[in-house]
Amino acid sequence: MKIALLGFGSVGQGIARVLAERDLGITITALADSKSGIIDPNGISLESVLARKEQTGSCGKTGITAEEIVRTADYDALVEVTPTNVQDGEPALSHIRTALARGKHAVTSNKGPIAIALPQLRALAQGRGVQLRYEATVCGAIPIFHTLEHGLGGNRFLAIRGVMNGTCNYILSRMAAEGLTYDQALMEARQLGYAEADPTYDVRGIDTAIKLVILANSIWGLGARLPDVDVTGIDRVTPEALSLAEKQDCTVRLIGEAIQEPSLLRVSPRILSKDHPLVVYGTLNAITLETDLAGELTFIGKGAGSRETASAVIGDLIFIRDCYVKGP
Amino acid sequence: MKLEMKDTPGQLVTALKPISEAGGNIIAIVHQRDATSTSDTIDVQVVLELAEKRLGPLIEDLKQHGVRVQRIGKERLIHRRDFIIIGHIVHTDLSDTVDQIDRTGFSEVSEIQMVMPGIHEPSTARITIKATHADDMQRAVEILRRIAVHKDILVIEPVEEVL
Ligand SMILES: NC(=O)c1ccc[n+]([C@@H]2O[C@H](COP(=O)([O-])OP(=O)(O)OC[C@H]3O[C@@H](n4cnc5c(N)ncnc54)[C@H](OP(=O)(O)O)[C@@H]3O)[C@@H](O)[C@H]2O)c1
Repeated sequence: MKIALLGFGSVGQGIARVLAERDLGITITALADSKSGIIDPNGISLESVLARKEQTGSCGKTGITAEEIVRTADYDALVEVTPTNVQDGEPALSHIRTALARGKHAVTSNKGPIAIALPQLRALAQGRGVQLRYEATVCGAIPIFHTLEHGLGGNRFLAIRGVMNGTCNYILSRMAAEGLTYDQALMEARQLGYAEADPTYDVRGIDTAIKLVILANSIWGLGARLPDVDVTGIDRVTPEALSLAEKQDCTVRLIGEAIQEPSLLRVSPRILSKDHPLVVYGTLNAITLETDLAGELTFIGKGAGSRETASAVIGDLIFIRDCYVKGP
Repeated sequence: MKLEMKDTPGQLVTALKPISEAGGNIIAIVHQRDATSTSDTIDVQVVLELAEKRLGPLIEDLKQHGVRVQRIGKERLIHRRDFIIIGHIVHTDLSDTVDQIDRTGFSEVSEIQMVMPGIHEPSTARITIKATHADDMQRAVEILRRIAVHKDILVIEPVEEVL
């Protein structure tokens, strides 16, 4: 199967490395970062492109753009892993739309276009008989969408609750363990690379809210949008809150909660007993599904990271390869 | 509740069976045999958790088994939830916050534990609300949320209801 890869940062390079390491029957025929691109219908040499990116900061030639690759290159599936834009989803949204309209499958780790335009993109994909998959957008390595769609296919989903942001979970874990203030824990998270220079999206709960919108729309087809989520972040949580919780064998976590009936979408810091399955530590993510047949299930795993996210993207590609692309 | 029953073997079991059959959760049993007593009955005190509406049928059932209910001490408020609130709790009139919940008559703030790190720093408190029924608890939570918006207080709610 031939793929076009847009974005060659942490996730894009993680995918390239795994494909270089193991033979999965997937070839990259086109690749672009923000300033350059490379097209090779016979398959790009991954070792040399990874080395070039590291040495020069570019993956290919200037003049070859992502936009051009989507429109003209020869590929079976587009892999869109450019930065997230939650305002209008661009340029990823246009990339995915163009690929689907051409009858190409699309796989992405980019929350922007999925949170903003899932119903339209889904309709477009269905009309063209291709797949749109976005496993990596929620809870990184946890195969939550495969589980929802296939493993638990016949179930009704009553509620979803989860710890979906590693930055917030790290901060709250450290505040509880060491009695750090919010600012101290945030600084530590930054030093370790667990928080962005501008952590607003994470700590104010917006990142979790976006993931909740994607989950709710995937499961219930609600057409929910970001403003529909009631969002409270963790930036006002005090060390005293964690120590008061601790006295009762409880702790505080940022929980994204989606309930079908009565319909509720909410992100807020919550008190949980320390033996609650959603109480995970460090940057881990956890998600609990309440279903009518299977009962309650909880998944715990890494929510981010180069190889962890690559795992989710590649899982989507393998699914498409096995179900839709009849290889040579 | 305080029960009176015949002082014969097996009577206690006879009395406890209807309680568990009614879905009651027995928390403690105080069984005192007064050596000087000449009476042929004994008194037993049972502490239990039971849905309000099952109490009547249970008393009837006990009577049928020869057990008389002498006294029932009811704790009215059975739903309990802990919240953590953060903000300028005192300066925004804590007694008014408590009063708005107590005033409803169906719920009350039963406990507050507060930590005040500094004069200009926000305070943090754990508050316990008790209510008679789940619906009442829900209404109390809504009142608390409304107060929080009004007074710019962060409320951290439990993820699930704890009975
Ligand atoms: N990192 C994670 O663990 C993780 C987990 C889940 C989801 N995600 C999502 O996955 C996506 C990629 O994340 P990342 O961590 O790999 O980001 P990143 O390290 O910042 O890499 C982004 C890449 O996209 C390229 N790019 C930017 N604008 C572009 C454009 N218009 N056309 C083509 N390429 C463009 C950048 O080019 P240059 O190299 O030239 O700057 C860079 O190579 C994001 O949407 C992110 O939210 C990431």
